[in-house]
Amino acid sequence: MNKLNFLKPDKNNLYVYVYTGSALLFISIFDVFLSSFFKINVTSYLPGPVSLLLPLIVGLFGLHLIRIEFSGIKYLDLLNKNINTSNFNGALTLLIIFAIIMATPPSLSWFIFDANIAGDTKEACTGSGACWTYIKVWLRRFMYGMYPNELQWRINVSFILLIALAFVGYFSGEKLKKFLTLYYVIIYPIIAYILIYYLISGGSFGLEWVETGAWGGLSLTFIVSFFCLIFCFPIGMLLALGRRSNLPTIKYFSVGFIEFWRGVPLITVLFMSSVMFPMFLPEDFFMDKLVRVIIAISLFEAAYVAEVIRGGLQALPRGQYDAAKSLGMGYWKMHIFVILPQALKLVIPGIANTFLALVKDTPLIFVVGLMEIAGMLGLAKTNPKWLGFAMEGYVFAAIIFWIICYAMSKYSYNLELKYKTER
Amino acid sequence: MNNKVKKFVPQLITLLAIILVFGFFTYNAQINMDNRGIEFGYGFLKQESSFDVQFSLIEYDGSHSYARAYLVGLLNTLLVSFIGIILSTIIGVIVGIARLSPNFLIKNTAAFYVEFFRNIPLLLQIFFWYFAALRALPLPQDAEAWFGSTYMTIKGYYVPLFVWNNLDIFLYSILAAIISIVIIRSYAKKIQENEGKQLPVFYISLGLLILLPLLSFVIGGVNLEIKTPVLKQLSATGFIFEPALSLPPELIALVLALSLYTATFIAECVRAGIQGVSKGQKEAAASIGLTPKQVLKLVIMPQALRIIIPPTTNQYLNLTKNSSLAAAIAYPDLVLVFAGTALMQTGRAIEIVSITMLTYLSISLAISALMNWYNKKIAIKEK
Repeated sequence: MNKLNFLKPDKNNLYVYVYTGSALLFISIFDVFLSSFFKINVTSYLPGPVSLLLPLIVGLFGLHLIRIEFSGIKYLDLLNKNINTSNFNGALTLLIIFAIIMATPPSLSWFIFDANIAGDTKEACTGSGACWTYIKVWLRRFMYGMYPNELQWRINVSFILLIALAFVGYFSGEKLKKFLTLYYVIIYPIIAYILIYYLISGGSFGLEWVETGAWGGLSLTFIVSFFCLIFCFPIGMLLALGRRSNLPTIKYFSVGFIEFWRGVPLITVLFMSSVMFPMFLPEDFFMDKLVRVIIAISLFEAAYVAEVIRGGLQALPRGQYDAAKSLGMGYWKMHIFVILPQALKLVIPGIANTFLALVKDTPLIFVVGLMEIAGMLGLAKTNPKWLGFAMEGYVFAAIIFWIICYAMSKYSYNLELKYKTER
Repeated sequence: MNNKVKKFVPQLITLLAIILVFGFFTYNAQINMDNRGIEFGYGFLKQESSFDVQFSLIEYDGSHSYARAYLVGLLNTLLVSFIGIILSTIIGVIVGIARLSPNFLIKNTAAFYVEFFRNIPLLLQIFFWYFAALRALPLPQDAEAWFGSTYMTIKGYYVPLFVWNNLDIFLYSILAAIISIVIIRSYAKKIQENEGKQLPVFYISLGLLILLPLLSFVIGGVNLEIKTPVLKQLSATGFIFEPALSLPPELIALVLALSLYTATFIAECVRAGIQGVSKGQKEAAASIGLTPKQVLKLVIMPQALRIIIPPTTNQYLNLTKNSSLAAAIAYPDLVLVFAGTALMQTGRAIEIVSITMLTYLSISLAISALMNWYNKKIAIKEK
């Protein structure tokens, strides 16, 4: 048997090192596992700090022993290459593993095992975990705001119709393909507006009128982001073209407009729309707060969209412009058929990021008194019957927003791959 | 001729439209203000504000003017932005480097952090920290000491109070140290270019930075007294720590949310910057005999920073603008103090909202002007 040097593992005594190292590693992880899941501290007879650090030291030594290059064991090599390249890396690896083990039991018990979902009142929540009853009871409010319960089918119907109409592009035949842009840019927004105006707002065709103050919750978030999305894109496109125009008035107007909106925070824009803008309108002229907010957010985001599109326009080689002009195309023809399709393709990720920011910005409208989901959470939190469940509410909203935003970012990534053309 | 008309007409139409819209707005505003008996003007800034602000960096109470209240709000905004920028840079750089780690677990933990925090609206994060996380903290009488003498309680974070004598001399000594470091650096560069000798600039700078402030203690008459917080009973159930510097929970929640959120974006900038330097650069630098430290300092970092700094500055700007969300949790920043309370009291919507927007606008424009200058300076000069 070769001489063993525990500070320098080598290949000659491969299995001795591997078995000792794995055993030590297992002991350290098992110790943390026990103390975390079963609250058993095996090393409680040792002084506090030593007992705390022991698993780390033992595990680190274990990792050190199994760090043998080209051992010939496939999984060991994979392990060493990926999580155990040096002592420092090994320590970080262990710390992350320990943190995951330590965090699992409390979060699991808070989310599932000690949580309550039965019942309809606060008293039903007896466990020490989350009170999902609160979410269950308030779910309609979080989704629809103060919209009357018996009329909520109208929101559902219009959203389902809107989503269905959005998928028209996938099923249209080859012949109709060229009208798709027209459909998405002009017809679809008009249909959406009509649906929301007549179905959600009501007031005609025998439907009861629901004022916009009662709209709220997640559905309001969707309505606001949807309209702002539709409006900010064309405005942003025009501003981007304006900024690159060689007509001085238009150019400087666009520059001023873009820089102004990009320089101020959205919250002041919302304040402006709610307290300052009415001063600029004729006395008897009434504009709904929701409409004002949608206009404000659209203008705000349009400035960001404009900058993103400008980036795409600048990235196009001059030859594209020259070629289009040499074919006798005018300004608009050149931009619509040659320049913009290529420029927009280049800036898909940027546009997606701007839209993502827009969706994440919508909860802000609560500062002007529109009760979308953050506002409804604030309302529910201060309800005397349901005090003390702020955590559940925010966790719930965070999960919903996370799913929406993550899906959007993944979709934009796919879109980027799909439209990537080699130049 | 035709071409001239083509250029002239659209401009004329734009100009006319702008003038019409602005004229319409001003005309309406005039009528509306006449009806309400308000006169346009900024004279109200000198009036007594008669409202209190919870947290202020400068001396302020109700007897001061609205202009002073504006200053209080502005300073609070700058304070949050400053702390947020420092924290988010630290977290962002660490996470950005961690995302490039060869270690599978570290890489994925960093990726998880980025994906998690940037896909949740900032407002919800602020609410979460303020209404859910910080509310779970103990009351002052139950609080345990952190790091010996600081206390994290539901009423805020109490840290020892520093009482300075002759603080200005201390600050001047730091300023003097910085100026002399700049001079020494340029001198060292000159020497290196002329004679090829390298001076240990780093150690000299460090020494100066420690030595000069220390001297100010010894001969400048500066002294520092540290007062540790002690629990004090105000009423039967009301306890606070005194004497102590208390950071309000609003500030803590805001700084936490802002820096954790912005750090995800900074991490992505850092990652992109480091990935943007091609591997060949590192190999080439090593092949001409530079040490790994020199490779990092002279070859990799200058190139990576050129990619990192512009988008990162943009994130700093975003953080400053996002700090206005403070109004949602009643941290007295510019928006809450000025566009909130002051507006409510005076009713001068146009003046106050325009001042607030102009303030943010000038911060943004100043930083982007600085950025453009910097970009021009570091841009690769192609021949």
